[in-house]
Amino acid sequence: MLELRGISKRFGGVVATDDVTLEVTKGEVHALIGPNGAGKTTLIAQISGVLPIDAGRILFNGVDVTQLRTHARVAAGLARSYQITSIFRRFTVLDNLALAVQARSGSSFSFWRPVSAERALYDEAALIANEIGLGERLDVVSSSLAHGEQRALEVGLALATRPQLLLLDEPMAGMGPQESQAMIALIEKMRSRVTVLLVEHDMDAVFRLASRISVLVNGRLIATGAPAQIRADAEVRKAYLGEEIAA
Amino acid sequence: MKRAIAVFVLLALFPLAMQAVDGMFYVSLASRILIYAIAATSLNLVLGYGGMVSFGHAAFFGAGAFVVGILAVEGVRSAWIAWPAAIAVAALAALVIGAMSLRTRGVYFIMITLAFAQMIYYIFVSLKSYGGDDGLSMPGRSTVAADVTLSGDFLWYYLVLALLALVLYALHRLVHSRFGRVIDAIRENEARAEAIGFPVYRYKLLCFVIAGAIAGLAGALIANQSSYVSPSLLHWIQSGTLMIMVILGGVGTLWGGVIGAAVLLGLEHLIADYRIGWLASLAPNYQDHAGLAVGAVLLIIVMLAPEGIAGLFRRRRHA
Amino acid sequence: MSAILFFEQGLNGIQFGLMLFLLAAGLTLVFGIMDMINLAHGSLYMIGAYFMASFVQATGSFWIGLPLALIATAIVGAVLEVSLLRRLYGRDHLTQVLATFAIILIANEIVRIVWGSQPIMLNAPAELTGPVALPGGLRYASYRLVIIGTGTAVAVLLYLLVTKTRVGMLVRAGASNREMATAMGVNIRRLFTIVFALGAALCALAGAMLGPILAVQVGMGESILILAFVVIVIGGIGSIRGAFVGALLVGIVDTGGRAFLPIIFSTFLPPQLASAAGPAVASILIYLLMAVVLYFRPQGLFPARG
Repeated sequence: MLELRGISKRFGGVVATDDVTLEVTKGEVHALIGPNGAGKTTLIAQISGVLPIDAGRILFNGVDVTQLRTHARVAAGLARSYQITSIFRRFTVLDNLALAVQARSGSSFSFWRPVSAERALYDEAALIANEIGLGERLDVVSSSLAHGEQRALEVGLALATRPQLLLLDEPMAGMGPQESQAMIALIEKMRSRVTVLLVEHDMDAVFRLASRISVLVNGRLIATGAPAQIRADAEVRKAYLGEEIAA
Repeated sequence: MKRAIAVFVLLALFPLAMQAVDGMFYVSLASRILIYAIAATSLNLVLGYGGMVSFGHAAFFGAGAFVVGILAVEGVRSAWIAWPAAIAVAALAALVIGAMSLRTRGVYFIMITLAFAQMIYYIFVSLKSYGGDDGLSMPGRSTVAADVTLSGDFLWYYLVLALLALVLYALHRLVHSRFGRVIDAIRENEARAEAIGFPVYRYKLLCFVIAGAIAGLAGALIANQSSYVSPSLLHWIQSGTLMIMVILGGVGTLWGGVIGAAVLLGLEHLIADYRIGWLASLAPNYQDHAGLAVGAVLLIIVMLAPEGIAGLFRRRRHA
Repeated sequence: MSAILFFEQGLNGIQFGLMLFLLAAGLTLVFGIMDMINLAHGSLYMIGAYFMASFVQATGSFWIGLPLALIATAIVGAVLEVSLLRRLYGRDHLTQVLATFAIILIANEIVRIVWGSQPIMLNAPAELTGPVALPGGLRYASYRLVIIGTGTAVAVLLYLLVTKTRVGMLVRAGASNREMATAMGVNIRRLFTIVFALGAALCALAGAMLGPILAVQVGMGESILILAFVVIVIGGIGSIRGAFVGALLVGIVDTGGRAFLPIIFSTFLPPQLASAAGPAVASILIYLLMAVVLYFRPQGLFPARG
């Protein structure tokens, strides 16, 4: 579904992404792990179109999307959630999700009819809210949500665009054990509908969810394979100092 | 909505009241205020609601005025032709300037809108045959039919009032529409708006153009107000004045432009035309230096607004 | 069109450009380091010119009046920064625009109250009123040559200051990465005040030197401020080098355009159209230049931030 061929990027003298070639197949949950500063979020930004690349190509469902702007990639089915929560803070949970639904259902160059009259938008938004566990919190202004709830909304916004491929950037960032379990359950639930590229530090989640794992160190992909394989890989253990991978 | 109707009823009764107390001058002043209210409201759309700090809005206001003025001097006095032309030219200018400016952001955006607006000022001022530095005198107001000129104060006031009502209602619908919701979202979190699939640039540009078009309408009206077009309408100080009105009245609110225009122009008039005895004995020329008061008030409002002007955005979600 | 005319206009363009650079340099640093848009910069230029006129009249000497004007304006700048502007750092741009716009209004009125509404006299020093014979046969106003000399000297000094001194290094670090500069333990507040005062002094220098050529009047700040903005947009925010290149470009294009466009136009347009179109296009030439630069380099020619 997603193919990265030789993606490279430099910032001045620093190599952020070093000839990364990676494939995400349809239906899988593909985890991307690596030490801090490895360039994982940079890669996500490049795939979603926010950060231009110096070299390489990005193919989505066989189509070269390297030159496409972010909103066009979203329209093609490629959505992203952020490591640092980026929601519409002034809007309620319902309005947040309705907005995402609105983005892919018809033109928003409509100037007269009030949005509030479009029941279909809000019904679907409510459905998604239920899925992410915020069904009881529809009318809460999102800046007032608890951290875990905001992270759920963060993922929900991306989900609401009905993507084929979902890029999840550390969805469990800053979450306690209970909230993390809820997020893992959510990702489990969505894997039947959506292919996922998951960036995570939480190894428990990674090994529970991932069908395949890729390891990024200093912008370079050092290993790709099934979880058991990666666990046993000497170079991976070395890069990680053996601490984060469960013994 | 009920409040809006009440306000408009009061505004509609105003000229009748003035006629009774022999204060027809105030009807003319009120027309002027209402026209600036339209201009300030259009800025509030792009600035307050859209979050785009455009410092060149006067360009569209003045361009609209000059289109009407130039057409009038060339013999085309019909409002049916001149006013749509003014709106079209202003919208076109907004399209061109917006297309170039909206590719930038932050400090660049502010400076670039300022610079391009000043460019438009120089273009019109260099048209020596249309007044140049001195401004353009028109043969009279626009006509709506063969012999019917919009010259009566009463008629003019009600026309302007009706147009203001129209503009406010249209913006009310706009803000609650899909388009309005997207603009609101873009102001709140532009990156995420793009990330959920909205082509942000297009929306911002369209908002910019709509605001420019409305400013063009206001320009057409201001040219008619005194049958004279001054190049100062295009100057960036005028852009600043419109911004002051928006701040005074309420950034991002539907009535902000109206309130701001009324307060600023009303104050200016009061200071200029009513001598305060004790103040005059302290400073005999105080009336020449009204700018000091305006500047000081503006500074105080800006510095003391608790979360800054942006804080006022956050509290008023529904215009 | 003679070579002498080219030479003369070229020198005029450089002279104007160098003065623009003085304004733009201070401004671009404020934008780059403090991320603050400061419309009142033009007011400092105006105050510098007015101080100069007063000091020259009081002391009878151009050369004594000049440093006095620079110091006085630097003090005004520092006071302004400490009392008012420092509260604007980190605020949203709209707030900064409105606050500094308010300062323009207040400054204009104060100048009007103190010095009156009429333009005031500022003359070039008597010993510099004559022309100087330059190679090629051009007789050029010696005062303008002094302006060019002063501007170049200041540009060199600024370059040395920014690239060779510790303060300069801090300034450059601040321009490209504010958070890092703070983390490095720099006394940011003091640095900002110094940068601002320096910028004010530069404005005053430009105002004082241009005073005899342009008029010293209320509102002189605003017209040159926009040109400074154009310079910064073209040169890139936060970059002294960009300000220098941008200023020279703007100075030469603007001066050259005004001098030669009417002539150029009259070669292929009917005289009436040429005499109208020439000055019109000349006045917007630099904005067209800005548009072209923006198209190819939206961040300017030498952006400080990567």
